[in-house]
Amino acid sequence: MSASVAIIDYGSGNLHSAEKAFARAARDSGADCSIFVTSDPEVVRKADRVVLPGVGAFADCRAGLHAVAGMPEALNEAVIEAGRPFLGICVGMQLMADRGLEYGETPGFGWIGGDVVRIEPADPALKVPHMGWNTLDVARPHAVLQGIPTGPDGLHAYFVHSYHLKTSDKAQCVATTDYAGAVTALVARDNMAGTQFHPEKSQTLGLRLIANFLRWTP
Amino acid sequence: MRPHPHGGEDAKKHEKAAVLMLKTRVIPCLDVKDGRVVKGVQFVDLIDAGDPVEAAIAYDAAGADELCFLDITASHEDRGILLDVVTRTAEACFMPLTVGGGVRSVDDIRTLLTAGADKVSINTAAVNDRRFVARAAEKFGEQCIVVAIDAKRVSGEGEPPRWEIFTHGGRKLTGIDAVDYAREVVSLGAGELLLTSMDRDGTKAGFDIMLTRAIADAVSVPVIASGGVGTLDHLVEGVRDGHASAVLAASIFHFGTYTIPQAKLHMAAAGLPMRLDGIGDAA
Repeated sequence: MSASVAIIDYGSGNLHSAEKAFARAARDSGADCSIFVTSDPEVVRKADRVVLPGVGAFADCRAGLHAVAGMPEALNEAVIEAGRPFLGICVGMQLMADRGLEYGETPGFGWIGGDVVRIEPADPALKVPHMGWNTLDVARPHAVLQGIPTGPDGLHAYFVHSYHLKTSDKAQCVATTDYAGAVTALVARDNMAGTQFHPEKSQTLGLRLIANFLRWTP
Repeated sequence: MRPHPHGGEDAKKHEKAAVLMLKTRVIPCLDVKDGRVVKGVQFVDLIDAGDPVEAAIAYDAAGADELCFLDITASHEDRGILLDVVTRTAEACFMPLTVGGGVRSVDDIRTLLTAGADKVSINTAAVNDRRFVARAAEKFGEQCIVVAIDAKRVSGEGEPPRWEIFTHGGRKLTGIDAVDYAREVVSLGAGELLLTSMDRDGTKAGFDIMLTRAIADAVSVPVIASGGVGTLDHLVEGVRDGHASAVLAASIFHFGTYTIPQAKLHMAAAGLPMRLDGIGDAA
């Protein structure tokens, strides 16, 4: 039976390209799955895999998610209770943290220890937002990175953000990039992973990471 | 020590120390009118050189770092065609897409983002109403709000350089100082500036480096240099001397004067950090 992948729609940005990237990655990798963009908690509750995208500000995104009746509960049920594979993208990844510190203090899900703080490059000539393509420095192997060349000569991921998740538990930070200081790029624990970069905008690296996620059996 | 973001000698000196670097972006820009590419794209064997989606796919495959569509459709009623182009591009190209031209309201931005644009560029509407930038950034996040600045030098030879904002494709002088304006829109929430020199646009004489540098050094957000690219050295100069984070060009790519890989390899050879995924073999 085809596995269902729910991409949660809570009014944060365009999910069309995310949907198309997941469909393309599934097709290219031969993964048998159906991709749903949904704002229905029931669909999320029953999904085999859950994806939480997000663009904009942390507090806005959290408010948007909580504005969908039953969605936080459905997410918790699918990811924490049922242990289904979860992928957070950009602010969707940041929401996994304990707290966000953009426009005041906002609680996150508390799935990954740490706060979402402003990027402060040691070199003041560097621009914020951190916008563009950079490679990944991998601290420990992870299934979603399988077969993806990393390091200075590796493939590039597309970043666009001014805040990042500073993990309190180093073991939960799987990969960083460098912007006059380490910037968290990928976090993970148990059945959940989150990317600060946009896999749906990261060409080859992105499609491979999505394909890996669709095959991931944590 | 770390490599300098603007490359050049500093970058070369520290090349060995380079670990991971944010890369300089090369952005081809397509002028779209009534859903068709103006003048056509001649750099590859496209079945339909006038189809923006085909051109976008070709640029994607060539290693462009982002794409930019500038809609020059005269009538606001024909926006549906552009939206269809944006949607079909977003379905086929998994890279960032900026769309600009005629964006006047929060609804215009929402419609473009929903169609599949990642960033929306605002020009005249921001000049007319600065608060529009703030409203847009609050609604959609700074990361997707690009303010396009068309600037023209108004000081004479020998005078301290001064540039003013022009609207209506460079026909209308506003009296607004370009550097002050850049600072203001960034303080209101512009996440990026697309800076075009109206003196250089279409001349192939290179970017206005003094202008680019004056703006890039005045703001905290990335600046895309535009207007005047004729050679690959011009691209290098825009970043190394103008301090731009990205370079935008149209005709040198569309007319096949240079390919995207040629441009990126040339910039890499000049010491700039470039993303060469999949195009290194062309060296």
